[in-house]
Amino acid sequence: MNKTVNQKAWFLVLPVLVLVAFSAVIPLMTVVNYSVQDTFGNNVFFWNGLRWFQDMLESDRMWNALGRQVVFSSIILAIEVPLGVFVALNMPKRGFWASFCLVLMSLPLLIPWNVVGTIWQIFGRVDIGLLGHTLDAVGIDYNYTQGFIAAWATVIAMDVWHWTSLVALLAYAGLQSIPDAYYQAAKIDQASRWAVFRYIELPKMTGVLMIAILLRFMDSFMIYTEPFVVTGGGPGNATTFLSIDLVKMALGQFDLGPAAAFSLMYFLVIMAISWVFYTVMTNLDNRESRR
Amino acid sequence: MTDTVSAPGAASIPGDVTAARNRVTAARRFRPGGSALVMALYLLFLLLPIYWLINMSLKTNAEIVGTFSLWPQTVTFANYATILTDASWYMGYVNSLIYVVMNTAISLTVALPAAYAFSRYSFVGDKHLFFWLLTNRMAPPAVFALPFFQLYSSIGLFDTHIAVALAHCLFNVPLAVWILEGFMRGVPKEIDETAYIDGYSFPRFFIRIFMPLIASGIGVAAFFCFMFSWVELLLSRTLTSVDAKPIAATMTRTMGAAGVDWGVLAAAGVLTIIPGALVIYFVRNYIAKGFALGRV
Repeated sequence: MNKTVNQKAWFLVLPVLVLVAFSAVIPLMTVVNYSVQDTFGNNVFFWNGLRWFQDMLESDRMWNALGRQVVFSSIILAIEVPLGVFVALNMPKRGFWASFCLVLMSLPLLIPWNVVGTIWQIFGRVDIGLLGHTLDAVGIDYNYTQGFIAAWATVIAMDVWHWTSLVALLAYAGLQSIPDAYYQAAKIDQASRWAVFRYIELPKMTGVLMIAILLRFMDSFMIYTEPFVVTGGGPGNATTFLSIDLVKMALGQFDLGPAAAFSLMYFLVIMAISWVFYTVMTNLDNRESRR
Repeated sequence: MTDTVSAPGAASIPGDVTAARNRVTAARRFRPGGSALVMALYLLFLLLPIYWLINMSLKTNAEIVGTFSLWPQTVTFANYATILTDASWYMGYVNSLIYVVMNTAISLTVALPAAYAFSRYSFVGDKHLFFWLLTNRMAPPAVFALPFFQLYSSIGLFDTHIAVALAHCLFNVPLAVWILEGFMRGVPKEIDETAYIDGYSFPRFFIRIFMPLIASGIGVAAFFCFMFSWVELLLSRTLTSVDAKPIAATMTRTMGAAGVDWGVLAAAGVLTIIPGALVIYFVRNYIAKGFALGRV
C-alpha cells in the first residue's frame, strides 16, 4: 500500500512510545548503570569501566552457557521446523476435523510455562510418570535428574511437544493461501507429490516459515521456566541455559555487575541474530508485494 | 471464486463460506490429501502428557505413589476441592486473571492508534521505530527481572496487579502493534478517505467505522495478549509476593516439607489449562494468522 507522508502520525504512536519507554528503556538503563559500576554494599557505587565485560568475556561460565544454548536452539529448530511442516501437510484442509485439529494443537501453546514444566516433570518420573515408567519397563536406564542424556532428551522432547504446533499452524496458514489453480496445473503436468511440495508448497510457505523460525529462535534463546522446573539446570550444569544462569547470578548470588554485563551481551546477541532474520523477512515481504 | 476479494483472515478460514458446497469440492479436488494416521499419532503425542496430568489430578496421593495405573482406580475430586475452597489457592487464579485482563486492555488501547499510524502513514523514523518495538519482544525477561523489581519497588507498585500488567506490556504492546498493523493493511485506504470526505472526524471514524472493520484483528490481538500474559511466570513471580501472586507461582506451595503433594499440583495444573482452552475455541480460525503477525 502506498503510504502518505504525515509527520503528525507521531502523535498516534506516542502512547506506545511512552509506555514501552517506561517498561523497557528505564530498566535497560538500570542494567547499563550496573554493568559499569561496582559496590562494597550500602548502595555506594563507584565507576568500574568495562571491567565486568572483560571478566564475563574471559569467564568459562558464560561461554559454556552460551554453547549449551546454541546447541539447544539448533536441535529444537532442526526438529520442530521439518516436523511442523510435515504435520501441516497432513492436516485436514477444512470442515469439522480441521477445526478439531486446530483447537487440540493449540492447547499446549496456552498452558502456563511452569505448568508445561510440571507436566513433563510428572510425565517423565520413573516412579509415577507414564513416560519414565514405560522406558524403565522396557529396560532403558532413564532418570532425568541424574543422567545427562536423559535430561537433555526430556528438555528437548518437552520443547518439541510445546512448540511444534506453532510451526505447524503457521505452515498450515501458508498452505491454505495457495490458490487451487496451482494444484490443478500440477495435476495436469502429472507432477509427483515431491515436486508439488518442492515447487509449489515450499516457496509459498517461505514467508511464514521465516516468521516461525524467528519466533522459535527468539523464544528458545530466552527459555527459562520450563527447563528450570524440570531439571533446575542440572544435573550439574548440563541444562543451565543462558537465562537460567543469568537469574542464578542476578537474583541468586546478587552479583549485579557481572550479571548486568552478561545481560547486555545476551540481549545484543539475540538482537543481532533477529535483525538478520527480520531483514530477510521484510525483503521477502517486499518481493512478494512487488510481484 | 478464486478471484473474489477476501476479508482479512479469510485465507486461514478452513471451510468456505462464500461459495456453494459442490463447487468448492470440485475446486478442492486437486489438493493432495493428508494422512489421518500421521495426525492421529501427532495428536496422541500432544495429548498423552495432558491426559496423564488429568489422570493424576483425579487420584489420591496414596494411589499416585503406591500403585501405577493408567486410569484412576477410585476417582476423587478432593484435590480440586482443596484448591477451590482455600482462598490462598483460588485467589491465585483471581490475581492472574486481574492482571491479564488489565494488560490486555492497556495493550490494545495504546496499540490501536499506533498500528493505524504504521499501516497508513510514513513518518520520520517509522521503520526504525517498528524494529525497535520488535526488539522488546526479543528481550529476555530474565534480563528485565531485577530492574523491574527495583523500578516498581521504588515507585511503590510492588506486589500490585498493575505492576505485573505494566511489566507484561514490554512484550505484549509490540506484539499487539504488529498483529493489528497486519490486519489494518488489509483494509483499503479508500474507506478512510471516503469517511473524511463525508465529514467524519478522526476519532469518530476510528471508533464507528474502522474498528468494526478490523474486529477480528482486535479479537486476535486480544487473544495473544491474553495468552502471553497468562503463560508468563518469571516477571509476574518477581514482581509479586502476597497480594497479587499469580496462580503459577502459588503452585510451588505444593512442594512441602513432607514431599510433593502430587494430586493437588496436578489439579492446579489442570485448572490453569482451562481458561486457555476456552478462549482458543473462539479464535481457532485466526490463531495461525495471529502467530504470523497478520502476515499470511
